[in-house]
Amino acid sequence: MKEEKARASARVDGRGPGDGRAFIGMPAFPEAAAEAVGNDTLRANLRHATRTIRDKRAVAVAELDDWAELREAGKQIKDRTLHRLDHYLVQLEESVTAAGGTVHWAADAAEANRIVADLVKATGESEVVKVKSMATQEIGLNEALEAEGITAYETDLAELIVQLGEDRPSHILVPAIHRNRGEIRDIFRSEMGKWGRPAPEGLGDSPAELAEAARLHLREKFLRAKVGISGANFMVAETGTLVVVESEGNGRMCLTLPETLISVVGIEKVVPTWRDLEVFLQTLPRSSTAERMNPYTSMWTGTSDDDGPSDFHLVLLDNGRTDVLADEVGRQTLRCIRCSACLNVCPVYERAGGHAYGSVYPGPIGAVLTPQLRGTTSEIDASLPYASTLCGACYDVCPVAIDIPEVLVHLREKVADRGGRGHRLEKAAVKAAGWVLDRPGVLAAGERVAARTRGLHPGRLPGASGWTDSRDLPRMPAEPFRDWWRKNRS
Amino acid sequence: MRVALFATCVNDAVHPSTAIATVRLLERLGVSVDFPAAQTCCGQPQFNTGYRRETEPLVRRTARAFEGYDHVVAPSASCVAMVRDNYPRIGRKARSEGRGSALSDAADSLVPRTYELTEFLVDVLGVTDVGAYFPHTVTYHPSCHGLRVLGLGERPRRLLRAVKGLELVELPGAEECCGFGGTFAVKNPAVSTAMGADKIRRSLSTGAEVLCGADNSCLLHIDGMLRRRDAPQRTLHIAEILASTEEEPLT
Repeated sequence: MKEEKARASARVDGRGPGDGRAFIGMPAFPEAAAEAVGNDTLRANLRHATRTIRDKRAVAVAELDDWAELREAGKQIKDRTLHRLDHYLVQLEESVTAAGGTVHWAADAAEANRIVADLVKATGESEVVKVKSMATQEIGLNEALEAEGITAYETDLAELIVQLGEDRPSHILVPAIHRNRGEIRDIFRSEMGKWGRPAPEGLGDSPAELAEAARLHLREKFLRAKVGISGANFMVAETGTLVVVESEGNGRMCLTLPETLISVVGIEKVVPTWRDLEVFLQTLPRSSTAERMNPYTSMWTGTSDDDGPSDFHLVLLDNGRTDVLADEVGRQTLRCIRCSACLNVCPVYERAGGHAYGSVYPGPIGAVLTPQLRGTTSEIDASLPYASTLCGACYDVCPVAIDIPEVLVHLREKVADRGGRGHRLEKAAVKAAGWVLDRPGVLAAGERVAARTRGLHPGRLPGASGWTDSRDLPRMPAEPFRDWWRKNRS
Repeated sequence: MRVALFATCVNDAVHPSTAIATVRLLERLGVSVDFPAAQTCCGQPQFNTGYRRETEPLVRRTARAFEGYDHVVAPSASCVAMVRDNYPRIGRKARSEGRGSALSDAADSLVPRTYELTEFLVDVLGVTDVGAYFPHTVTYHPSCHGLRVLGLGERPRRLLRAVKGLELVELPGAEECCGFGGTFAVKNPAVSTAMGADKIRRSLSTGAEVLCGADNSCLLHIDGMLRRRDAPQRTLHIAEILASTEEEPLT
């Protein structure tokens, strides 16, 4: 019931919570994370996966002598584009249209979903195959299509695992990172038959067996589907070319076999020129999968008579992005190329897992992107800017130099200003402390009282359980430093 | 050369031994140190929790307290990172909000004169062997702000390696955050504790007697967890190890 309500409210305001499985209405980050921390299987799966990919990425990046320059170039290309986004989007529309495609503009999730559903219905089809796409997850497209009687089949291996398991993605690049091989085998065995070709008899949990089961299951869908739906990693304004970068080849199948191709892409994915891809096609694979080059890079420009889809639609999605663009500090978030290097290096993500972030965008980038796209009115969204120690590891690895800690602190200011749950009391405490800290004499008197009564301090304090449940309080000194200085040096 | 000690509020109130050690160490190296009593707190906890405007009086106070000094030295990486990274930001924002450039000017004047202790020793004084003696095994945790914001790099380890009698053992996963994160420690206690538990597990695996750091706020969290477990390891600020000599050894 609670889930249905959340889904309904998400649809009404047009800012879809994600894949529609009740992100809004979920507990704030600290509670959700605490639950994840207590799940030993999840902790082990995440620790193994993130550390493996983290170490590989470091090696792949270290191979390039000009990594720092590539990072700076990526940042500058994105900033320059965002500065004149209106210009490049219009140029893109002209290029795509000239190449035989049709461009649609969607202000929010509801409008994008409506456009896609109508396009699919116009083909007379009731099923579509999908390339892995964050934008379509963000708007909850699969659920919107389902409501219109259209079945969307995810064809990326990890998305397939998530879809079959009626689960939620927990990572941008590897959405089933929270699952181990045994769990995946069990999902395939019990669920594949309900969606199409069942898993082979006696399916084991070796990667080769699991991949083969997915290939067999998906192949009949690729060969049957008349409509493909994708996102895109990049859109080139000068040529109207869209780019999808992937590893499994499922994307290539979905982008070439169907008669109709519909791509839903966030407006920040545009780059001005073909040449700009030179930078990102080096930094994206190394940052995301730690590969020098990803196995499949598909590029298409409109339609052609003799090959590929004969009907191509591009849905340009805003869904809060122009609001982000209007914020001087926050706008750097729109540089993101969804590599997920920040997730893999984040010590908080590693322990809390992706679901705790309550969004299709988890981890450090999610903690800054989600509250900007959805606002901070819900408990979960207001808690996200605080889901970080500000350790800065995310900023270090970001291939487009998004200063995530800077944006986090900026968003904390917005949350604190709104004065929601707990923040009024906090603000009063900060103001009181500020009064004392602006009066060194009062501060010194307070320090002396704390020092003189140190024998009476208990090891645990009521109201301070956030600290004392797991840690002893510090031992107070006999006197503060100021008193030592006064007696010994001044 | 007029040098001011920026003791920081945590050291003043909770870890005076670190500030005292800094004074003794600098004096031993021939630097005369002053402690301007008008200093209180740099405002890091307030700013990082989202209270930028409430931080402004502390930026003003800190800048004024250290006016006229050639060098301002703090035995705290995160407080120096606050000054260097965030003071100019706070100043720029105040200016863009139409409240003049006084705050921005104050920040710009303070930033280039402010040093974390190991930076001051290595870069300004040009010493790595400070004549210290500390016959114990030590492992070093480079706190995030020192590691990633200030870029302290090898400075602390070079100083520790030159200490007579000290055996430095490498901490596995040293670059990973300990989970303190200021108010994060109480706002997200479960994750903070999980990170801290991993940090102390690795630290204990080194067999070191002492876990050394350049930031007492992180050590407060790590030490609190070690003591809760009655673990056979203590935490020490690097200033206290560097201040220890054969004549006046730290016990």
